[in-house]
Amino acid sequence: MSSGFTISLSGISKAYPGVVALDDVSLAISGGEIVGLIGENGAGKSTLMKVLGGSIAPDRGTIVIDGESLSSLTPAEAMARGIAFVHQELNPFTNLDVAANILLGREIARGPFRALDRRAMARTVQPILDMLAAPFGPDDAVADLSLAEQQLLEIARALSIDARLVIMDEPTSSLTLSETNRLLGVVGELKSRGVAVLFISHRLNEIEAIADRVTVLRDGRNAGELLPGEIRRDRMIGMMIGRDLDRFYEKRAHGRQEPVLEIRGVATRAFPEARANLTVYKGEILGLAGLVGAGRTELARAAFGIDPILHGEIILGGAPLKPNSVVAAIKGGMCLVPEDRKGQGLHLDFSISDNIALPSLPRLSRAGTVVSSRELELAEASRRRFGIRATSMRNPAAELSGGNQQKVVLAKWLAVEPRLLIVDEPTRGIDVGAKAEVYRVLQALADRGVGILMISSDMEEVIGVSNRVAVMCRGEITGVLSSDKLTELGILNLAVG
Amino acid sequence: MHKKDLGLAVLILVVGGVVALINPRFLSPINLANTANLIGLFGLFSIAEAFVIVTAGIELSVGSVIALLGVIFIDLIVNQGVPWPLAFVIVLAVGGVLGAIHGLLVTKMRLQPFVVTLCGLLIYRGVARFYTADATAGFSFGHSFPTLEWVVSGRSGGVPHSIIAFAVIAAIAWYVMHRTVFGRHLFAVGKNEEAARFAGINTTGTIVAAYVICLVLTGISAVFFGMYTRSIHPASHGNFYELYAIAAAVLGGFSLRGGEGSIVGVVLGVILLQILQNLVNLLGIPSSLNFAVMGSVILIGVLADNQFSHYRDRRRQAKMASSLSERPESVSAMNLGLQGKRRAESQT
Repeated sequence: MSSGFTISLSGISKAYPGVVALDDVSLAISGGEIVGLIGENGAGKSTLMKVLGGSIAPDRGTIVIDGESLSSLTPAEAMARGIAFVHQELNPFTNLDVAANILLGREIARGPFRALDRRAMARTVQPILDMLAAPFGPDDAVADLSLAEQQLLEIARALSIDARLVIMDEPTSSLTLSETNRLLGVVGELKSRGVAVLFISHRLNEIEAIADRVTVLRDGRNAGELLPGEIRRDRMIGMMIGRDLDRFYEKRAHGRQEPVLEIRGVATRAFPEARANLTVYKGEILGLAGLVGAGRTELARAAFGIDPILHGEIILGGAPLKPNSVVAAIKGGMCLVPEDRKGQGLHLDFSISDNIALPSLPRLSRAGTVVSSRELELAEASRRRFGIRATSMRNPAAELSGGNQQKVVLAKWLAVEPRLLIVDEPTRGIDVGAKAEVYRVLQALADRGVGILMISSDMEEVIGVSNRVAVMCRGEITGVLSSDKLTELGILNLAVG
Repeated sequence: MHKKDLGLAVLILVVGGVVALINPRFLSPINLANTANLIGLFGLFSIAEAFVIVTAGIELSVGSVIALLGVIFIDLIVNQGVPWPLAFVIVLAVGGVLGAIHGLLVTKMRLQPFVVTLCGLLIYRGVARFYTADATAGFSFGHSFPTLEWVVSGRSGGVPHSIIAFAVIAAIAWYVMHRTVFGRHLFAVGKNEEAARFAGINTTGTIVAAYVICLVLTGISAVFFGMYTRSIHPASHGNFYELYAIAAAVLGGFSLRGGEGSIVGVVLGVILLQILQNLVNLLGIPSSLNFAVMGSVILIGVLADNQFSHYRDRRRQAKMASSLSERPESVSAMNLGLQGKRRAESQT
């Protein structure tokens, strides 16, 4: 393995229309060093990684690799210079074996017909697997590997291209404690072999345990750097937050009344052993915070009947809800505005008016026949109520901007007049004006007595909009903070587990 | 009427006009009545197929079901002495049960529609042949069902009853597919099953119902075909009819990915295919080229439509790009919020 490798980014900026994702960010790392990169959801870590991987060209700034100065990289150049990724979302080819996955695109062949030389491939791969102490061999089927083993496979792949910098994005997010410890051991092994490791994690205890230096990003900027001896949990959290949270949101006091939704000891497929308990009261906005992958969306899907419940029960309006039935949930007055607006919330090719009408069709029809005048009436009423900016409600929903699409999804659900509304990342990817309108709609609903469970990874939003905030970690509710105790620090402490 | 349907209608008129100019026999009452009869017969199961295709499924067993239900029907009325109206109902019920099985295999067992109905195609063909011991099922001398024959293969004022039945069923199918809640659910499930589930639509029930409707309509078609041919060779009766139905649906604007199409389109598709068949006969084209002509026309039609919708999409995107600039999804909400706040603060 090479040593003496250095890479440094300086003054990196990247702006999208209306948004600055990275603003004058610098980062340096050399061989044999583990640098932790931390920041809240959306602080710019992913964008910075994409710059390193060559999939995004920065607007400004320079990248210096081994003394050579570049303005941007292509994915092929990044790979050729030994930059390898271990992604959070693993996408191995489960139809191939271990060696084929590691050497994908660089298969070893022989003979005039370029027949695969499986033995040579196994010989190439074996030493890497040995170094990682992998509990699987080159010929094993990837489909049989556990998540942790697939993670090792990714690392093996990175090493097989003679990586000098390995970037790990939340590598432990789906691993158990013992698997995590083993992975951290592997990271230490990489370091001792002179490989540079950029370790991105929300788990601050892991950062504390292995990082030589920590770079903190906040709102797309460098928030500071921690040197050995300074790497402590409280300092890291302080630097990640680093700003005053002025109350930008209108929030009303809420006296607890009767519960609308009770989640009792529920386990979902993502966390079969966990037991989530949560109560949403009438007329409140309950924020559900947590790190990405904490099981919040899974809990919402199970409550709404999209996915089965492995344990426990859902009580809606005092009565137990039939599990795994969306029809029953809607009949009981529950609605879910899903996270994936385009895949789950809308039929993009359908007209705006058809989209809004879809869950309300029984009410808009007479003897099974859709009454198109009622449908259009609803569409026009929704246009006025939510300020949907469209030339015609008969146009396909695909033509709308993200914010207007989200208004259509809200309109679609509010037309059925729910008593409990679950919104999953309601303002992701929409502009500020639309955001304010979404908040206004949610607040108006809560005022009318609707219980709202708002899943959000946007800290400011969670604290600004919610009456109470429940925090989730690994499938369980680790705490509920009341309005007067809502701080970013408190939420983060519960979220990192 | 959609633009797509309009284009198809124009194509039919042009092709019909050209054929009529070259060979005026095209417009003779006998030829028109015969063509109408075939349109009716083939149209019934093409509409059936459309109900499955709109859910992003496919039904390949249509031809085999026509053979199986045909031999059952003839056996019931000729050999078992079952009154024909009762036999008709039994045949439809068997079709419904087969459809329900297909639908449940597709939804509950999560099998691919292609595989399920391909197995159906093989199984029902085999069962039909076994049922008659590979013999031809038909009417022996002395068996006569005047009422049934009049109802199914008769004519009123020169108009074949098959096309009247087709027109009535097409009208009902149009209403169900384009005007009812169930029809809306069919399109929603076909276009995006996940979003349909989130919208509280019983996706399983909707898909199963589509397969049931498909094979019940195929049952009606089986009776009409049985009485039209009057003898059924179970090894060949109805061969390739499913492909014919799929062709008609695709010509009529149905996407095999589901969620798109109209009954008017299938009806026009069936008419065009029959006119093409007729054209091969009337223009003296060797009848061995029959399928080749059909295939070429479908291919050209689908290509033209494809190019047209690409053009439309590009124009739409260009319009969108100029009027709105959408935020990239990769940028997180928090960033947006902060930027927005800064902007809001700087404005005040």
